[in-house]
Amino acid sequence: MLINTKNVSSYWQSLPLTLVLMTFLVFPLFVITVVSFWDYNEYSIIPDFIFDNYEYLLTSKVTWLAYVNTFKYAFLAWLLTLLIGFTVAYFLAFHIKTNGMQTLLFLICTIPFLTSNIIRMISWIPLLGRNGLINSGLQSAGLTDAPLEFLLYSDFAIVLAYVHLYTLFMVVPIFNSMMRIDKSLIEAAIDAGAKPYHILRDVVIPLSKSGIIIGSIFVFTLVMGDFVTVKIMGGGIRANIATLIYNEISLLQYPAAAAGAVVLLFTVILILVILFRLVDIRKEL
Amino acid sequence: MTDSKITPETQVALDTDVPKESSTKETGVLSRRTLLKGAVGATAISGFPMIWAQNIKDVTLRQFGTGVSNLNAIADKCKEDLGFNLQLTSLDSDSVTQRAITQPKSYDIADIEYWICKKVFPSGNMQPLDVRKLKNFDKISPLFINGKLTKDSTIAQGTAPHTVGFVESKDSTSFAKAPTDWMTLVPTIYNADTLGIRPDLVGRDITSWADIMDPAFKGKASILNIPAIGIMDAAMICEAMGEITYGDKGNMTKDEINKTMAILTDAKKAGQFRAFWKSFDESVNLMASGEVVIQSMWSPAVAAVRSRGIACKYQPLKEGYRAWGGGLGLAGHLSGLELEAAYEYIDWYLSGWVGAYLNRQGYYSAAPSTSKAFMTDDEWGYWIEGKPAQGAILSPTGDLMEKAGAVRDGGSYWDRMGAVACWNSVMDENRHMIRKWNEFIVS
Repeated sequence: MLINTKNVSSYWQSLPLTLVLMTFLVFPLFVITVVSFWDYNEYSIIPDFIFDNYEYLLTSKVTWLAYVNTFKYAFLAWLLTLLIGFTVAYFLAFHIKTNGMQTLLFLICTIPFLTSNIIRMISWIPLLGRNGLINSGLQSAGLTDAPLEFLLYSDFAIVLAYVHLYTLFMVVPIFNSMMRIDKSLIEAAIDAGAKPYHILRDVVIPLSKSGIIIGSIFVFTLVMGDFVTVKIMGGGIRANIATLIYNEISLLQYPAAAAGAVVLLFTVILILVILFRLVDIRKEL
Repeated sequence: MTDSKITPETQVALDTDVPKESSTKETGVLSRRTLLKGAVGATAISGFPMIWAQNIKDVTLRQFGTGVSNLNAIADKCKEDLGFNLQLTSLDSDSVTQRAITQPKSYDIADIEYWICKKVFPSGNMQPLDVRKLKNFDKISPLFINGKLTKDSTIAQGTAPHTVGFVESKDSTSFAKAPTDWMTLVPTIYNADTLGIRPDLVGRDITSWADIMDPAFKGKASILNIPAIGIMDAAMICEAMGEITYGDKGNMTKDEINKTMAILTDAKKAGQFRAFWKSFDESVNLMASGEVVIQSMWSPAVAAVRSRGIACKYQPLKEGYRAWGGGLGLAGHLSGLELEAAYEYIDWYLSGWVGAYLNRQGYYSAAPSTSKAFMTDDEWGYWIEGKPAQGAILSPTGDLMEKAGAVRDGGSYWDRMGAVACWNSVMDENRHMIRKWNEFIVS
């Protein structure tokens, strides 16, 4: 038939991964989707086929509020990590001349990642608190009269932690794609009279687009699904959509949480589809 | 070990009756059967330590619960006194509930609160305890039997322990109206909770639950984010503000829940709260760092803040306390030797040493009379009778908690437990309450 022997062997090769994905990804997602239509009480979930969970989820003001928060965090974190990540990658790729130095500096970028992300997050708290280092520093320097309250347990703290945690996920793919840019293209641009701004706009950015998109996907999906950062840096008074799901799980409302997860999954997939439209990843790599 | 048929279990049983040094090789095989019979027979009679000897050493009981009473010191003392191992896992209240229901095989003993019990026990994952097998049953405070601290005290609102303390029979999962021989949880620990304050930072007298909503504390207040407990604090606050009059705070109507959460949501939007806490250490850090000056708090958290040299007071309030109680329950799958060991352990828990340990942490022991024997007169006077300390009051680990002359916040056991306004609760409208609580947290 159409399948020749070469193809058959490649099907065999992909079998283990297919099985793993089916067992640990597709099947659980299927179960979550099924459970999202079930009913529940304080201590058990009841097989059923009801739309209550979705109805409450989609009509509740709280959900929309949580989505607005989530997108706000995701957008701010994405924008800031992109700006910082791009700058760092650009510096590493074009300003550092020797390969050895590039590798060394790149390794230095990864040093904070040798500790767990929870530790890195918590270490902000003594800095940002009402009587923390930053506030006492500002006050003793005479810059502020009263402690700045917005530094901790606020949107500011949450976005700060995201940027701190996830910038490397931008740096790595962007640096990688920048290293592939043929230096002679830039020389040619200079010879043709392009200003640095034009080189950046017309040569560097288009050619590192794949890195930017990959980095954006990383940061975006990580922020959309995160609840620990919001819980710790937001002091429990800020919430995003994952916090909502987490709360429901801890209160044993699995069907409600499952419905929340399904909706979140579709939202993220939708956005990924849009991002993948912007660039053909396989062609660019 | 020479006989291949000897399973580890029978080997242990052999060891029981054979002196430790003598070899089981000679005597073991011959009389294995009779010895086993003996061991099994002994197990059926439940007396205090004598049945155990050696075979108990291999028993490990897995206990899980909230951090308040899952203390390694108790496990160590249990090993020393009873000979078997206790493996402890600490989780927050919500996770405890979740695990008790969804992973019934993962624990042998559940150290849970009564309101959690109201949720968990009907799931059928636990088995009631036969009180006739507990020697110290009659030492348990009447608070847990009929709900009355003294003969003429009134029963507070909410899920009072005695209302979910008994079931009708061994296989029943519905709670009994009056005491029976089958207890759901054997009470171990309880306390009366109130607001914790930083006396150096609040700048005025705090007398009412309503004071937490004072605009002066804008951005410096916190409440706890465990719905079943938080809703009761919220109700105490709203009632004290004069905003809502409840029929029964422990079992609110939908309307009462909506009103309560509306008041709290408005306060949150106005920036009254700095943070919400979920675990013990979060509350300690909020208070110690000065982020918060008035908040819902637990007694040992206040002690932990003080032990850092920071002033912190467990402020008695005119509306009374919000009380909670916890106890030990048996997993449904327990049987045989483990079950007997669990009974032994729970009886031992009531026999005084643990009670004294908990008293010294600022909680109360469910069998007050037995714990008295394990405390000095000064300790008993300070913690229970509300008298000024004669000498230094030390924590169970030997750290200085209070200097001579100090008086416990709120006074004596009877002053504090006698002024309980409500117990932590699970309500009929629980699902609605949790939705509203979630909205409050997200808004």
